[in-house]
Amino acid sequence: MPEMRRTKQARDRINFLWEWANPVKFMWFSGVALPWLIAASALLMGVGLVWGFFFTPEAINFGSSVKIIYVHVPAATMAISAWFMMLVASVIWLIRRHHVSALAAKAAAPVGTVFTIIALITGAIWGEPMWGTYWAWDPRLTSFLILFLFYLGYMALWGAIEDPDTAADLTSVLAVVGSVFAFMSRYAVNFWNQGLHQGATLSLDKEENIADTYWIPLVMALVGFGLFFVVMVFVRTRTEIRKRRTHALELRERMADA
Amino acid sequence: MIALLTRDMRLAIRAGGGFGLGLAFFLIVSTLVPFGVGPEAEVLARIAPGILWVGALLACLLSLDRIFQLDFEDGSLDLLATAPIPMEGTVAIKALAHWLTTGLPLVVAAPVFGALMSMPRPGYWWIFVTLLIGTPALSMIGAFGAALTVGLKRGGLLLSLLVLPLYIPTLIFGAEAATRGIGGFDNTTPLLMQAGITLVAVALLPFAAAAALRINLR
Repeated sequence: MPEMRRTKQARDRINFLWEWANPVKFMWFSGVALPWLIAASALLMGVGLVWGFFFTPEAINFGSSVKIIYVHVPAATMAISAWFMMLVASVIWLIRRHHVSALAAKAAAPVGTVFTIIALITGAIWGEPMWGTYWAWDPRLTSFLILFLFYLGYMALWGAIEDPDTAADLTSVLAVVGSVFAFMSRYAVNFWNQGLHQGATLSLDKEENIADTYWIPLVMALVGFGLFFVVMVFVRTRTEIRKRRTHALELRERMADA
Repeated sequence: MIALLTRDMRLAIRAGGGFGLGLAFFLIVSTLVPFGVGPEAEVLARIAPGILWVGALLACLLSLDRIFQLDFEDGSLDLLATAPIPMEGTVAIKALAHWLTTGLPLVVAAPVFGALMSMPRPGYWWIFVTLLIGTPALSMIGAFGAALTVGLKRGGLLLSLLVLPLYIPTLIFGAEAATRGIGGFDNTTPLLMQAGITLVAVALLPFAAAAALRINLR
């Protein structure tokens, strides 16, 4: 570890962007940033959700069930974004071999899984009164279920391999191949069954958007969930780094004893 | 490479437990389903292509861990890694051997088992064609999964958890093409999509699988 860190620092001087991949720098930066991120995400999520739940009018035809959108949409967005972040982190690990990158990908997986579960459950709760069924084999629902399966496989592979570097390598390869197949599944499922789920509620193209009353709290909740994801990944990555350090210290102690 | 292919096939056929097992499993699935859903011919005929596809998929899955596991345990995989053939070639050949010993028998047997499920006459042809196009992808994807889990002691369950989600696109397009063909509809699109997935898998996955093997042999 120590001599690796030194060569890494030498390389990092050339390219400042990669400085944050240095575990020491990462620990410092995330330690400073975390309180602010936690505060910001709590504020945005709190205000967005409370505003959404209690201070928006009930939509015609939907009743109060529309309010689940403030949890459902951000969770679903983050579920996909988390996988994408894992893909990018995995590719960085494969190419540049920054340990923080691999650990961040590992840290993001359970968070993304939970977001996927939240999206599936809130969708089911919403679907019962609206569509008359908790589950339909609709393309969007099905793709989320498939995404969930991919998360499970990814985490299972992390758990199964003992050597941390081998695990990081293999899960990264799986993330890359899995992304391609997840993407193909998305379109295969579209082809397979036309669905009940409405189209995109949010887009940069203004005409499709829902009314402003719902839009502002929703965006707040969305950003809040996004920051919450960053917080969780930071905390979990810090834990992983500390776990590695303790492990290294233990090994060193055992070596000294022997 | 041909030597490796013949060696793998000979091993698969003679070593016992591998070659006929997938086929027998496929037969059992095709027998059990009617017990589960009842013997009505219309119901069986309607679900037959789906059941045959899922059955073929699971039968394929059964023998996947044999692709690399035995060679890994007795050390011949290390020899293959240092052999003049690139790792990608080894992977592709091993996937081909798996297809010839597992996939191809399934393809040939599927129409016969289709008769068990009272599939209509055009179904025999379409289940044969779609499986013929799709099973190479199943073997190749499976070889990738096997390469990922080769170093693990209890990789079997994990292997299925990793590989089955990857099978989804092939399954969807294959079963869809068969169903449409039987119904007398135009099924060019799903057939072409399925062929596309197979070609992509055969072209790109050897590289991913070889990378995974190299990591595991490190």
